[in-house]
Amino acid sequence: MAKVTAGITTSHVPLLGRIVDTKQTQTEEWSPVFSGYEFTKKWIAEEKPDVVILVYNDHASAFDMKLIPTFAIGCAEEFPPADEGFGARPVPNVIGHPDLAWHIVQSVIEQDFDLTIVNEMAVDHGLTVPLSMCFGQPDAWPCKVIPVMVNTVVYPAPSGRRCLALGKALRKAVESFDENLNVQVWGTGGMSHQLIGERAGIINREWDTRFLDKFEKDYEELAQIPQSEYIRETGTEGSETVMWLIMRGALGENAREIHRHYHIPVSNTALGHLVYTCD
Amino acid sequence: MALDKPYKNIPGTTVFDGAQARKGFQLNQFCMSLMKEENRQAFKADESAYLDKWPISSEQKQAVLDRNYSKMIELGGNIYYLLKISATDGISVAAAVSTMTEHGVDEYMAMMKQGGRSPEGVRFIDEKNSKG
Repeated sequence: MAKVTAGITTSHVPLLGRIVDTKQTQTEEWSPVFSGYEFTKKWIAEEKPDVVILVYNDHASAFDMKLIPTFAIGCAEEFPPADEGFGARPVPNVIGHPDLAWHIVQSVIEQDFDLTIVNEMAVDHGLTVPLSMCFGQPDAWPCKVIPVMVNTVVYPAPSGRRCLALGKALRKAVESFDENLNVQVWGTGGMSHQLIGERAGIINREWDTRFLDKFEKDYEELAQIPQSEYIRETGTEGSETVMWLIMRGALGENAREIHRHYHIPVSNTALGHLVYTCD
Repeated sequence: MALDKPYKNIPGTTVFDGAQARKGFQLNQFCMSLMKEENRQAFKADESAYLDKWPISSEQKQAVLDRNYSKMIELGGNIYYLLKISATDGISVAAAVSTMTEHGVDEYMAMMKQGGRSPEGVRFIDEKNSKG
């Protein structure tokens, strides 16, 4: 049987992709950011997940204003990196796991979640930066990836309650898949950042830290936070952090934090990163 | 009954809701076209002529030509779409974002390195009425 064994959360700041691609991760400026992922890189090399279900928001790359699904899942064989305006990142194509993805589609929709099915799309920094942070620059990504996209660009994003419930539904779906697979669920985006208006640059370390502290045991409480609070306290784009609750829901009641990293700033953003294992 | 829009009373912040999305539909779709290299070249070669191909308002067109990000946001632009313009210009996200603030890019980055903008005093348009 397939099993959700662990998960991570991480910010997915696009600049980090450029720092990896141009080999600047060990510079004085950037090593404090990347050193917080050394634990994760060693850990994941031992964990060897077969599949990562990677939750992220598309940043006007695969979806434009014509079509904005609230929750979508990538069922394709592979996904090329998107050209976000300066050429595609020099990273390998992301290889999907269509069998498990379609299994999740059926299971999760039958659990009353109306996922949008995507059979062809490019993936942007939201998905490729977390892979780079955990795997560096391999010729091929060492695991299959099932993209799960969440709309956080057009208001409203789905609620924390809905994200947590989707995570729980994903766990059930994975556990009912017959093949023996080691599956991780990653929640990405966040933490504090606002990229618009006179209030741009807002960072709320206190709020972010409280969120990190409550994530292990008090996630049901975190799921009650409305989007307006994420925006008010952590910035318009800080509301991406709600996606972490999908990861948390997927890891079940007994998940445990084994690593934490928080760094201000990366460009406009407070970077947060957690590694969790679960029963 | 009207929907609750508690995000309307946050200072210096335009949330990209349905009203903004309607205003900015064509402006944002223009931005999407810049994901193709050939379109970036055509835009750079003659910005005004390229923009004329899109049914955007003259105010929106001028805001793009001026790289007035605050105005583009006001007129329905969404930041993730507008960043295709700054990417085409070859400037960083922080450089584009800083133009909307009181700071130049160097000052803005200095603020970020010192921990960013504090949320104190910028949670509500009228902080006094909203406390408690």
